[in-house]
Amino acid sequence: MTGQVEISAEIAALHAESCRAGVAESQPSLDFPPYRSSVLRHPKSALHLADPEAVELQAPCFGGSDITVLDADLTVQHTGEPIGERTVVTGRILDGHGRPVRRQLVEIWQANAAGRYIHQGDQHPAPLDPNFTGAGRCLTDEDGCYRFTTIKPGPYPWRNHHNAWRPAHIHFSLFGTDFTQRMITQMYFPGDPLCALDPIYQSITDQSARDRLVAAYDHHVTSPEWATGYRWDIVLTGSAATPFEEPR
Amino acid sequence: MTELTATPGQTIGPFFGYALPFDRSDELVSPGSPDAIWLHGTVTDGAGAPVPDALLEIWQADSGGAVATSGSLRRDGSSFTGWGRAATDADGHYRFTTVRPGAHQGATPFVALTVFARGLLNRLFTRAYFPGDQLDTDRLLKSVAADRRHTLIAVPDEHGFRFDIRLQGADETVFLRYRGHP
Repeated sequence: MTGQVEISAEIAALHAESCRAGVAESQPSLDFPPYRSSVLRHPKSALHLADPEAVELQAPCFGGSDITVLDADLTVQHTGEPIGERTVVTGRILDGHGRPVRRQLVEIWQANAAGRYIHQGDQHPAPLDPNFTGAGRCLTDEDGCYRFTTIKPGPYPWRNHHNAWRPAHIHFSLFGTDFTQRMITQMYFPGDPLCALDPIYQSITDQSARDRLVAAYDHHVTSPEWATGYRWDIVLTGSAATPFEEPR
Repeated sequence: MTELTATPGQTIGPFFGYALPFDRSDELVSPGSPDAIWLHGTVTDGAGAPVPDALLEIWQADSGGAVATSGSLRRDGSSFTGWGRAATDADGHYRFTTVRPGAHQGATPFVALTVFARGLLNRLFTRAYFPGDQLDTDRLLKSVAADRRHTLIAVPDEHGFRFDIRLQGADETVFLRYRGHP
């Protein structure tokens, strides 16, 4: 079975190729063979340029009745306290012009502190936590801010190659004001040594683009005797077609 | 105004099943309603194998061409919210219960789709058009090579319409990059 040395060499070669091409891509390569599952699951034809139609310049409108306050606190969804490092993750969601994306749905899901998902397909022999599901939702506020209280996820092994480990991450699902801005991504934690080895994170060939997926530790978000805090801002692709009112 | 660089996407991964689908998320209308149709199909990879861990979302106008302005995660059984979410099953099959969209602002009707999957490093966008509509005048369909255009057109069947999605290879679905987006 391929090991980390070979995977890291493949990643380095693809990064060098991208660097020689001189184009700093903001998005991951869809064709990134070190992530083995991408080989048969990326289109080979170039994406077809389309001018969005009016329906695509609108997006589903979620509302306060879609969620409850408890949805944003992943540590209070069961009768007991989950095990692990209690952590607040917060930030702003902006469009390409820097305007806040207001009252829009943010969904997250993640492994528990031991690196285990509650999903039945996760066979990692690490303990499930009866007090942690690992899924949350919230709506952004008037400034485009979201805020979750959760448990810092653990890294976990996967079978991409021998001794492959995913860095700790939180999956984020995001909507904009336009259907065209829909995205799903992953947030990573600063200083994680596994990021350098991970073909999913490294599928973004430009370092400055990769850095945009790493949250910053923020001591102003950390609260005394309670939780550590991280800040992560998200910029959606493009800009809203219909300019909405700027804050006064 | 300053242009900001977009945050990169990442794969949805394999473990979204307990987090993203919700009760009746694939029902834009109740299955028993008079104009309900299925929009369904199979997602396949470059080897023709089904993709059992994909998530699809659709967004569309109602049968009169109106786009909803409210509400989506809770299904009340009567409001048409225009948006749905469906995971593929073990055979790579997905299914939405919806209505055939009407023309919105004079455009040829279509259902907008987003495709997410394990192994797919960023989401893909496409459109499902319907036979019998003004397909010849649609600016996207006109811009697509004739031998690939059919990948954007749903096929009538006994349940409604079938729209298969081929991520790669022969008959690969036409996926879109919206102007102004990376």
